[in-house]
Amino acid sequence: MKFVTEFRDKEVAEGVITEIKKVVEEIKKNLKIKLPIRIMEICGGQTHSILQYGIHSALPEDVEFVHGPGCPVCVTPIETINLALELAKQPNVIFTSFGDMLRVPGSDENMFEAKAKGADIRWVYSPIDAVEMAKQNPDKEVIFFAIGFETTTAPITSAIHLAESDGVKNFSILTAMVRVPPALEVILSDPECVIDGILAAGHVCTVMGTKEYEPLVEKYGVPIVVTGFQPVDILSGVLDVLKQIRDGRFEVENAYGWVARKEGNLVAQELINKYFKVIDRKWRGIGLIPMSGFGLRDEYKHFDAEEKWKNIHAQKEPEPNKYCGLVLTGKIKPTECPFYKKECSQEHPIGALMVSSEGACAAYFLYNKDTPAVAKAMAGKGRN
Amino acid sequence: MCLGVPGKIVKITGNEPFRTASVNFGGAVKGDISLLFCPDAKVGNYCLTHAGNALEVIDEKLALETITLLQTYST
Repeated sequence: MKFVTEFRDKEVAEGVITEIKKVVEEIKKNLKIKLPIRIMEICGGQTHSILQYGIHSALPEDVEFVHGPGCPVCVTPIETINLALELAKQPNVIFTSFGDMLRVPGSDENMFEAKAKGADIRWVYSPIDAVEMAKQNPDKEVIFFAIGFETTTAPITSAIHLAESDGVKNFSILTAMVRVPPALEVILSDPECVIDGILAAGHVCTVMGTKEYEPLVEKYGVPIVVTGFQPVDILSGVLDVLKQIRDGRFEVENAYGWVARKEGNLVAQELINKYFKVIDRKWRGIGLIPMSGFGLRDEYKHFDAEEKWKNIHAQKEPEPNKYCGLVLTGKIKPTECPFYKKECSQEHPIGALMVSSEGACAAYFLYNKDTPAVAKAMAGKGRN
Repeated sequence: MCLGVPGKIVKITGNEPFRTASVNFGGAVKGDISLLFCPDAKVGNYCLTHAGNALEVIDEKLALETITLLQTYST
């Protein structure tokens, strides 16, 4: 497939790895730079590529990946999943969702189990499909479970725009969308943070551009490189981060410029801003992060499922596994969770990180057969 | 979740802003891809798609330059 195959080329990847090794040797000559160099990839899609292609084990041992919070399924709090389950069980409701959410456990059950008991829960490929479903079922209320980062907020906006333009009254969304930069700030501002460089999520930046990352680079002195998802993309992002560290620079660079423009997609940003405002949002394992989510603007509240079903409230319970939050913030590796591959597996997941196709625990479970001990606990090992 | 797939636009139907495209993903053609965010997209362009929407038209020249630069490390 064009623009995929080229960036999976083994020979090119090996060339970039050779260059990475050279740069690491140059870095090691500067005794002021602490080793290992820890690079956080933001996006769960990148985490899966790193594990699937063995990129983590192909790099010099002085370079270590720390996995970031970029899996929207994983960061959605259990109370939001409980609310989704309650909404799905309401009479006359068709509840639609991306497939990833269906196996995530709520407090009592997941959506597959609720569906088996009679709830009308359906998987959709696109939020637009849910709008079309609403048009075809005018006597039903169709709800879409709107989870995602900025990348997915764009298609969700597209669905709202279509519903608004076509006057579709029986369509609404349960908003749970989140924004990367505020979460990144939480991680970088942690006194125990030891992250030396960041691979920013290429598709988030395709929508939003790179300007939101400039203040973070300035404030925390950490290189941020916008990176794609194929092995060569990721390796080239790592190389750019390492070159910045070698040269004592910290800038926002773009290794994925052929897709992600500096300014992002302005048409998408304008429409997102038309329908949504930035709000505080709670993240699984992290807690409330100011300005970290999108919520519908007051004039479009008729698309808000929580407004339509004001009397429905979520069952609030503590998160079932505190270790999920530690993995999400890069403080431990999945293999350091005491439940990993024991109580929590792909067959019987406790945490969302084991369920989601982008969860770090699922990536380790699927691809990391020998689990090299690359993880070093972050606690007490501040950057300087 | 943020998975995006590049494909070639082979057909465009409808009118602005609700144009939709048929996109060829390495041989598999999928229809009804919204071009809402890519008003300048044309048949023959490659675009990055996500959850039924084209998010951006791929800059083919820059993609080629990027991979050509990276190839220099293996020569």
